[in-house]
This record gives sequence, C-alpha cells and structure tokens, in this order.
Amino acid sequence: MANIPIYLDHAATTPLLPAARAAWLEGAAIWANPSSPHAAGRAARAALEEARERVRAALGWSGEVVFTSGASEALALAITRCSLPLAAVSAVEHEAVLRHLKLTGEGSMLPVDADGWVDPASAALPGLVAVQHVNNETGVIQPIAEIAAAVRGAGGLLLADCAQSAGKLALPEADLIALAAHKFGGPIGIGALLVRDWAMLTPGGGQERGYRGGTENLPGVLAMTAALEAGTDWRGEAARLRARLEAGIVEASGEVVAAAAPRIPTIGAYRMPGKSAAAQLIGFDAKGIAVSAGSACSSGSLRGSHVLAAMAFSGAAEVVRVSIGRETTEAEIDAFLAAWRALRPERTAA
Amino acid sequence: MIYLDYQATTPLAPEAREAMLPWLSGPEAMGFANPHSPHRPGRAAAAAIEVAREQVAALLPPGGRVVFTGSATEAINLAILGRKPRQAAVSAIEHAAVLDTAAASGARVRTLAADGEGIVAVQPLDPGTDLVAVMQVNNEIGTIQPVAAWAEAAHAAGALFLCDAVQGAGKLAAPEGADLVALSAHKLYGPKGVGALWIREGVDLAPLIHGGGQEAGLRSGTLSPALIAGFGAAAALARVRMAEDAAQVERLWSLACSLLPDWTLNGSAERRWHGNLNLRREGLDVARLMSDCRDLAFSAGSACASGSGRPSHVLRAIGLADSDAKSSVRLGFGRYTTEKDIEDACARIEAAATAQRY
Repeated sequence: MANIPIYLDHAATTPLLPAARAAWLEGAAIWANPSSPHAAGRAARAALEEARERVRAALGWSGEVVFTSGASEALALAITRCSLPLAAVSAVEHEAVLRHLKLTGEGSMLPVDADGWVDPASAALPGLVAVQHVNNETGVIQPIAEIAAAVRGAGGLLLADCAQSAGKLALPEADLIALAAHKFGGPIGIGALLVRDWAMLTPGGGQERGYRGGTENLPGVLAMTAALEAGTDWRGEAARLRARLEAGIVEASGEVVAAAAPRIPTIGAYRMPGKSAAAQLIGFDAKGIAVSAGSACSSGSLRGSHVLAAMAFSGAAEVVRVSIGRETTEAEIDAFLAAWRALRPERTAA
Repeated sequence: MIYLDYQATTPLAPEAREAMLPWLSGPEAMGFANPHSPHRPGRAAAAAIEVAREQVAALLPPGGRVVFTGSATEAINLAILGRKPRQAAVSAIEHAAVLDTAAASGARVRTLAADGEGIVAVQPLDPGTDLVAVMQVNNEIGTIQPVAAWAEAAHAAGALFLCDAVQGAGKLAAPEGADLVALSAHKLYGPKGVGALWIREGVDLAPLIHGGGQEAGLRSGTLSPALIAGFGAAAALARVRMAEDAAQVERLWSLACSLLPDWTLNGSAERRWHGNLNLRREGLDVARLMSDCRDLAFSAGSACASGSGRPSHVLRAIGLADSDAKSSVRLGFGRYTTEKDIEDACARIEAAATAQRY
C-alpha cells in the first residue's frame, strides 16, 4: 500500500508480529494433514501438540486447549456445547455472545453501571454465565475475580471472552476462555477455546480430541503460539501513550468514557461533543488516521453502540474508539491529537 | 519423502503462498487490517476478499453465493444444522463430516447404499425427505458420483441437495443442480483453516457462529484476508490448470497401474478421479507395509478415520470383507507428483508387499 496511514485501531486487529510471520512460514512448510498416520502426518501432529503445550505455558493455563478459527467460533462452541445451559450474559458482551441470548431467548442480561461494570452479586447463577474480561469498545476491565467467585459459589460456570485481554493481561480466573490470535499479534483465522475440564463440554467433531471438526490450521497455530510468547513488555509504553492521548483530549474539551474505571491501556473511547462519530471517522480517514466507532463489526454499519447504551452514556453518537498497539509511537498520538483539534467543532457549536 | 496422500491434504501451491504473503504483513504495509473496518486499510483488505470470492465462485455454478468458513467441515455443519432437516438421505460413503452432522442434527436419516463399484446410484427417496447429501468424489476411493442426477431426484422429491465437493472442486466441473456445495481450500492446493459453502440463491440457512455479522450474518468471525486470498489464488490456478492437472494425473495413473499389476482396485476404475488409487492385496499387513515404507507418505483408508483404527465405512459399504478392507492402501497423487515419484514409490511398495509373503 503506497499511503501508510496512522493506525490506531489495534482492537479491531493488530499487525502480525515478525516472529509470528516467521512461525507461519515455518508452519506452511509442514503441510501434511496432522491426522494422517504416515511420518509426514505424524510430524505435523507433533508440531501441533508441541504448540499446544507452549500455548498453555505462555498463558499459564493448566486446563485444556481447543484450537478454533477464532474467538467467535470458540464462543459458539462454549455456549452451545457447555454442560450447563446459558444462564446470563453481561449487557456489554460482544455480539458473538449476545446473539446467542437474543436467538434462544434463554438466560438473562446482566446490567452494568455507568462505568461498565457488572455487579458480581448479579452473576451468582447456577448455569453458564458469560462476562468478558475487557470490553472491546471502552477497554473497561471487569471485576472478573469477584464475578468468578460469585458464579462458582452458585454452582455455575464462567465463560470469559478474553479476545481483548489475552496476550496482554494475565488470564482471569474462569472455566471457559475464548481468544483470537489476531488481537495480540498472531494471524486472523486462528483462536482457541480454553476449557478447565473436558467434563464442562459435550464432545463433537473428529479433531481436537473429539471437540472440534476440521483439519487443523497448523501454520496459524504456530504463528499464534509465537505471538503469545512475544510477551507484554510494551504495556508500560502503551499506558504512557494513552495518558498522553487522554490528557490531550481532555484539554481539547473531549470526554473519556469510563475514565474512572480500571481499563486496559490499549483501548479508549472518547467523545467529541458536537460532532457525530460518523463525521469524525470520515474526517480522521481523510487525514490518514484509522480509528473506529465502537467495534469493527458494528462500525461498518455505524449502528449505535449497545455498550454505551448499557452504560447509559449520554452523547454515545459522538464517541470514537482509539486503540493502541505494540508499534504505536508518540508521534502518532500527537498526530491524532492535532487531527482531533482540527475536527473539533467551534466552541459555540458545542 | 515421497508424498502420496493428496486426498488428506495437498501441498500449498507457491502461487497461493505468494498471494497470502501481502496479507501476513506487519505494520510496515497495512496488509494486516481487519476487513470489516471502514477505514482505508480495512477497505483494501475487504476488496481482496471480494476478489478471492469471485475466484472461488468461478469453480461453482452461477446463481449462488460463496460464504467463507473455517473449514469444509464447518461448511457442512452450516449446511445441515443451518437447514435443520426433518428427514435426510445421505450416501453411505459420505465423509464423517456429513454422516456425523446428519446424525447429530436430530433428523431421521436414511442411508443411500453404494454399489460394489463405489457408486451411489439414484434411488427412490422416502416421502418427506427434505435434504439429500451425496458427495461429488469420494475421499477414500475416488469414485465420481452421479450428482447432477441426484440433484434432480432430490428436487423432484421436494428436497434440497447438498454436495460435498471437497475432493472434486478445481478438478471437475461444478456439481450441476446442487443447492449447497462445500469446499476446502487445502484440498485444492490452498491453505488450511479456510473453506467455503456455496449457497444457491433463495436457499435460507440459520447461522451457527454468531457475532459481528460477517458474511451477511451467516458466519460471524473476522475473515482472514491471507487465508482467503490463498484460497482464491489456488482456485484460480486450479481453474486455468484443470485440463493440464487432469492430464498429468492420467499419466501417473497409467504408470502406477502398470507397476502394480498384482493389486486389486477398490471401486470403479472408470467413474473415478484418477489421482486416487485405493488398492488391496490379499493377506497384506498394511501396518507392516507402512512401517517398511517409512519414507513414503500414504494412507490406510481416509486420514480422518485412519487414526481411529476402525475399519473404513466406505470399503465396507462397497461390500469388502473387513479382512480385505484391512489389506487396502490409498495412494493419492496430483500436481506436484512426478513420474519418478510414482516409479520409486511403486517399486518400494511392491517389494515390501512381496517380501511379506516369505
């Protein structure tokens, strides 16, 4: 691409890490089917199982790992094949979780407060409860340890969508965890469902110990593994850049969504009073800056954010998401702030 | 290592690999973008996906759309579970992805018998049948099924016709008349981790994976521009090379048959994709043969089933005794197999099998 924009949409997807790319290329050379019994197939199988162990080590996960095509598939697998029926999901979940509730009509919606938090007491239910670790639009980190304790105390199981936190924060205490490689420097098209105990899931499918069907995407698995092993030492820099970004936005009369809540340093949502998110997106895009309004999926259609609605945030139609990655520089943050100031309506309009 | 397991998976074509690399880029090139993002890099990724969708669609009949999935298995699950049939008819020689999904769907399932040649001839359907599944090319014995006739029979009975075209796509003309067609990229020299379901216009399905509403709501999950571009390039290459690839397979088939005169072919020789040689030899100990020919990669039955140790349901369906099924091997070859590969492999297999008699 000739014209390289300033990319501040890392929550939608983040660049493939060089180590992950190298691992992908290595995996592409091991192209035999891991289910084949001959030596080439067994070599592919061995590489797959070694990667599984490395994923467990990198995540500090002692349970089982089912490789999937991504987080949406992992969530569907968890919800449709969990040993317990779906009891509740938080109101700020990704559509990949929410849709199941809307379609089946089973289970309830857990409300959130103005900071986007679920009340742990409300999650004390004897079924499957889905609460994300980190919100994809606001970066808010749920009080997941307290939620897990409440769910388990009631005899339920906790499904935590960790698409935005895996590879960045330590895994939360949960029974089922979904993740997607392309949110932490791996390729699109590979993810995993982590299962604390096989007894929590009904089998189905010929691969992945009988819990998933379909020939395994070994290059994807190897690349995801390498990305997980790349570590999180950049988080401090992300936090510094985010503080600089938010100071600049507040100074330019912007508003930080859930400013007081614990948030992952990579995702923030900001309101520009008096300017619609759609107009902002067009303005930023014209200046070569890639940001989004809410999630990538919903910003394509520019429909309203259910997350901000659940938080009863006023001015939701004027909010854009800025998300920072490993490669983000101070110069990019400053360029964003300059664009923000240029797009901001005159004070009289606000 | 001589690779003779083209039905389990095919090597990634260099052209497909090249097509993938720009979409496996780091921050230097923006090829990593989420194709569902409305900004510029996102739109470029989305455009690449649409190019690939056209390339894959070119292998299929007009009048439908291609929905990308994580695998052919997922495509088959989407076709069957997304359709929720009440009464299904599936051939006895379908892949486990069809057999197991039909069984799990809650439908009443009738099995359509195959003959001794491995052909599932058109047969009467039970009243009330609403879904019929017959594959285009069998994965274990390579036999080509009368899918156009099956599509007609299914429609006459008021049913939809699902065709698993995993082994035929890119090699044969599209299955005519089908309503749902499942494809896999890695069986046509594309990457693993991506498949597709072709859906005839007007056929409604319910999604299995929910979320961001990608693929018109039918299959959520961020689409992989890399995997899909690789799939597209592989499909385009298969289309232009169709005659050439078939001619090469024909030469290799004749050569292999001439070098293995004492073996018996399982399934029809004529109504068959000739890149599949499923053979048996009386009394052969296949485990020992595989162990003696460690530098040859071939299969005993389908790769999906062969890890399980259970006898092949396909060989049983065509009337083979368990002892005959257990003394069968599958040699699969294709675009990157040379005549020397076939000569060397056949000589080694022949020698190892003959040595078992003494």
